[in-house]
This record gives sequence, C-alpha cells and structure tokens, in this order.
Amino acid sequence: MARAVSTRRKITFTVIAWVIGIAIFFPILWTILTSFKTEGEAIASPPSFLFFDWTLENYTTVQERSNYFLHFWNSVVISLGSTVLGLIIAIPAAWSMAFVPGKRTKDVLMWMLSTKMLPPVGVLIPIYLLFRDAGLLDTRTGLVVVLTLMNLPIIVWMLYTYFREIPGEILEAARMDGAGLREEIIYILTPMAVPGIASTLLLNVILAWNEAFWTLNLTAANAAPLTAFIASYSSPEGLFYAKLSAASTMAIAPILILGWFSQKQLVRGLTFGAVK
Amino acid sequence: MSAITLKNVTKRFGDVTVIPGIDLSIEDGEFVVFVGPSGCGKSTLLRLIAGLEDVSAGVIDIDGADVTGTAPAKRGLAMVFQSYALYPHMSVAGNIGFPLRMAGESKEAIDKKVRAAAATLNLTDYLHRKPRELSGGQRQRVAIGRAIVREPKGFLFDEPLSNLDAALRVNMRLELSELHAQLKTTMIYVTHDQVEAMTMADKIVVLNRGHIEQVGSPLTLYNKPDNLFVAGFIGSPKMNFLGPTYAKEHGAATVGVRPEHIKISKESGLIKGTAGVAEHLGSDTFVHVHVAPDQMITVRTSGDSVLRHGDTVWLTPDEDRLHRFDAQGKAIR
Ligand SMILES: Nc1ncnc2c1ncn2[C@@H]1O[C@H](COP(=O)(O)OP(=O)(O)O)[C@@H](O)[C@H]1O
Ligand SMILES: [Mg+2]
Repeated sequence: MARAVSTRRKITFTVIAWVIGIAIFFPILWTILTSFKTEGEAIASPPSFLFFDWTLENYTTVQERSNYFLHFWNSVVISLGSTVLGLIIAIPAAWSMAFVPGKRTKDVLMWMLSTKMLPPVGVLIPIYLLFRDAGLLDTRTGLVVVLTLMNLPIIVWMLYTYFREIPGEILEAARMDGAGLREEIIYILTPMAVPGIASTLLLNVILAWNEAFWTLNLTAANAAPLTAFIASYSSPEGLFYAKLSAASTMAIAPILILGWFSQKQLVRGLTFGAVK
Repeated sequence: MSAITLKNVTKRFGDVTVIPGIDLSIEDGEFVVFVGPSGCGKSTLLRLIAGLEDVSAGVIDIDGADVTGTAPAKRGLAMVFQSYALYPHMSVAGNIGFPLRMAGESKEAIDKKVRAAAATLNLTDYLHRKPRELSGGQRQRVAIGRAIVREPKGFLFDEPLSNLDAALRVNMRLELSELHAQLKTTMIYVTHDQVEAMTMADKIVVLNRGHIEQVGSPLTLYNKPDNLFVAGFIGSPKMNFLGPTYAKEHGAATVGVRPEHIKISKESGLIKGTAGVAEHLGSDTFVHVHVAPDQMITVRTSGDSVLRHGDTVWLTPDEDRLHRFDAQGKAIR
C-alpha cells in the first residue's frame, strides 16, 4: 500500500500521534517520576517535573514494609499458570471449532463471549463461597483456576481466529502425504499457528498480570499478587503518593519490560490476517 | 498398477445430494479427466476418491481392495490441489520430502529422492527457498514434486493449472502429459476447461449436476456426443444448434452442427445471414453469422477469409455431419 503522502500531512499526523502517545503514557511516566520524590515533593504545588531531589528511599521503605518478591512470584505463577492452563484447554477447543465446525459452533462461540458481558461482581459471592468451602481462598491454585476461567473465552476466540486463517487444504495435503492426526498437528498445524499462539499467550499474561478484581477479592496475604501489593499502599495508611508510586512502578516494571521486548510479536499476532 | 472402481458412489451434504450415485471404472495407467461446469461435483468426486470426504453410500475399490473406509493416508494416492497447498513454513526441499518423512524413510534416501525430483522439475536452485519466495509456476512444480516423489499408486489433480497464466498453462499441460507418458501411473484430473480435457485425456468423464453424462475418448465425445449437454460442452467454439424448422426436416427435436461442418459463401446457400465479428487466428477464421435476430451461428473458415462485418453470406451445413437429438436431448443415431 504505497501511497503518496505530502510532507505537511506527514508532519501533522506525526505530531498528533506523539501528542496522543504522550497523553496516554503520561500517567505512567508521572508515577515513575513521583516514585523518586519525597512524600513532601510528591504533593507539592506546583509540582516539579524533573528538578527535585531524586531519592530511592521509597523503594527501600516499600521493600522493608512488604515482601515484593513474594508478590512478584505470585503474579508470575498466577499469570503464567492461568494462561498456560487456558491454552491447554483452548487449543483443542479452537481446533475443533475451526476445522470441524458443527451446526452450533457459531452459537457456542457467541455464548462464550456473552459470559464476558456479565459483571464479575455478579458472581463474586457464589465464587467466594465455593472457594471458601473448597479451601481455595488465598491460594495460588484458586487464582489460577479463576483467572483461567475468566480469560478462557478470549483465548478460545483469539486462537479460533488464528486457526481459521490456516487453509484447510494444507491440512488435507498433509493427510494425503501420509500424516496421521498426530503428525498433522505436530508438523503442520502447530508450526503454522505459532505466531498466533504466542501473541495469545503474551496478551493473556498481560491481562492476568493486571487483573485486579478477583486477585483483590480472593486473596489475603499468601497468594496476593502485585495488584494486591499496590492496593495495600492506597487506603489504610492514608495517602502516601510517593510510596504508592514506588509500589506501582515495581509492579508494572516486569510487564512493561516483557511488553517492550515482545511488542513486534504482539503486533504481528494481533494484525495476523488483516495484513496478509 | 492401480485400477480404481466406483460403485454407486453417493454424496450428500445434509439434505443436499451432490452426487446421486456414480458408477465408473478407471483402468490402470489411464489419464482420466473429469470435466463439467463449475459446481457440478467434480471436486467432491475427487475428494471422495482421495478419502478426504466420506461417501454417503457406495463402494470405492483400488486394485480390487475396498478402500471405502480407509484413511486418505493409507490409500496410496497423491493429490495436487488448486491452491497448491504447500507447507508455508517448510522449504521446497521440506515440502517435497514431507511424504517420505511421513513414510519413515532415512535422511539420505529422502535427500536423494528430493534431489532427483527437483532435477526433473527444474527446482534444484530453489530447494532452500520458502514457498512464498516462488512464482506461481514454481509453486505448481513443488506441488507436483511432492506428489511424484513417493511413487504413489495414482495421482489426483484438482484444477491444478487454473491459477496460472495462459502461456504457462499450455506449458504445464504439456509437461503433465509428458509426466504421464514417463510414469505410466493412473491419473485423475479435474477441470472445468474442456480444452484441457480434450488435449490431455485418454478418457473424459463429463459430469453435470453430479451425474455422468458420457464417458469416452476425446474424439468419441467430440464426434459422437450422447446428448445435448455433451454436444454443447465439448468443442471450442461450441457446436451450433439450428432452428426447429430445420430440425424437423431431419426428424429431430434439435439439430447441431460443428463450426467446421458449415460451408460459408457470398453467393448462395441454405441459410441467409449477416456476417458479424470475425476472429482471425491465422490458421483459421471463426466468423459469427447472425441468421435471425436472436440466433448466431459460428462458422470455421480458412485463415485468409476476407469477409467483412455486415456482408450478406449464405451458410450450408454438411448434411452428413449433423448431430440429431430427440426431445429429451438424447442423440439419435
Ligand atoms: N462441504 C460442503 N458442504 C456443503 N455443500 C458442499 C460442500 N462441498 C461442496 N458442496 C456443494 O457441492 C456442489 C459441488 O461442489 P464441487 O464438487 O466443489 O464442484 P466443482 O468442483 O465441480 O466446481 C456445489 O454445489 C457445492 O456447493
Ligand atoms: Mg472444484
């Protein structure tokens, strides 16, 4: 799609894109800056942007007061665990829906999506009670299960869309070439679907990492991931902006780094099909 | 060696019967072409033979063994798809070698056979490339290479040339005929293009709405079509169908005559008309003559014809070469 764009239009669009980009990123940038201020400077008016006394004191306080690495590890286990479990369930489901669709396949897909329209708080009490009785409250297993269930519709939908892009004739060619179902899946389908599976995995790790409703409501101390770690700095002790910012920065840093390194893969996966 | 026999093979998709019941035998080593208009069930029939679709009723035999319930991988047939269906993540060598890999052959054996196949198909320089880095004709060759490399009992082709440009299509047509002459393996070739059917087939099977209209050699179908459908489908330009008055004089409901069996003259003849467009091919000229407001007759005449648009001409069909059909469209012999 080579299109002649005048220099003026290019400049206009570049400026607009930068303004929007900065506006979206600004809160995160501000959080990071605030995390290096003292509490006094954090609430100073007018706020100083770069010229303040940079300090790491918030980070040491936060690490002394709560165990960052425990929460970090919980986040890793919960987000990776729920995504991998979700993929294991969703890959065969999406495969069958994409390659051997039945009369009701479309309905099943719509129904799965419709479950995402229900506000989660509507099922909080039943799930809370089930978890209490099953002894799953404040356990990582419990959170892995609940986040798998919450994200499953999205995982199945994404994979279904990717698999649909794979021409059925290629699978048939493999069958003609002597491949059984197992070989067909291992040598043809999976390698062809790798970009799609990878971006599904990345997106769901990010969603699960940032999930705050279930993680806050179903954990106390042991299984609490980083979302709960941030929340613990917001209310009970009043407003300590600088420490809250330090906690937030520590919580989002891993996912920001992951996102940064995988952005190519993520974008390629999400636009798969749109740009052949 | 592989004869393929279909007995009452039937295919339904839900309530729709696509193939109402076909009996057909294909001899060992034959080049058989299934030809018919788009949507008549050619691909479905081929896929039933391949095993990619299950029959709704009937029996398929290969070499006398019933394979009706056998998986495609176990039927020993190779297929070339219209879209080529190459494995995009594998190199050309990987694609051609895949069937051998599935058959569990050793690395050295695979390598040797892939090289041999690539050499016959002029692909040696491209073995390390991915399919997306190849031209249409090269992809086609890879698909053929993948089919021949494991020496199957038979080949199935589903409109393999329809994505190629005209010049390349003529070339590949020759190459496929050459390949058949070399390998002497049974080939079933599906096309909607009657020229491909005429030029390549030992035996043509004309399909229409899921049933067989006629089976025969290209010249049998051309000279002795069993019915109106075959008469109109085979031959280019198409057979002319003359008016009912003329047909009645010859004791038929419809009478057809091929463009080369009509004499055209500026002086006298049986049917008066006005010359329309003349297509000069060099060797021949096809003149389209308007004989009635809604009727046009195509006539083949010599390459140096000097007829001009709007000239009054006279046509005389060769009475010995008429094709007569009854009210049901069956040939009267
Ligand atoms: N999987 C299918 N489900 C329903 N109908 C089908 C299916 N495959 C083919 N058909 C129908 O069967 C008929 C024959 O199709 P096909 O064999 O592809 O025709 P051809 O190859 O001669 O163009 C068409 O009307 C088509 O719509
Ligand atoms: Mg077809």
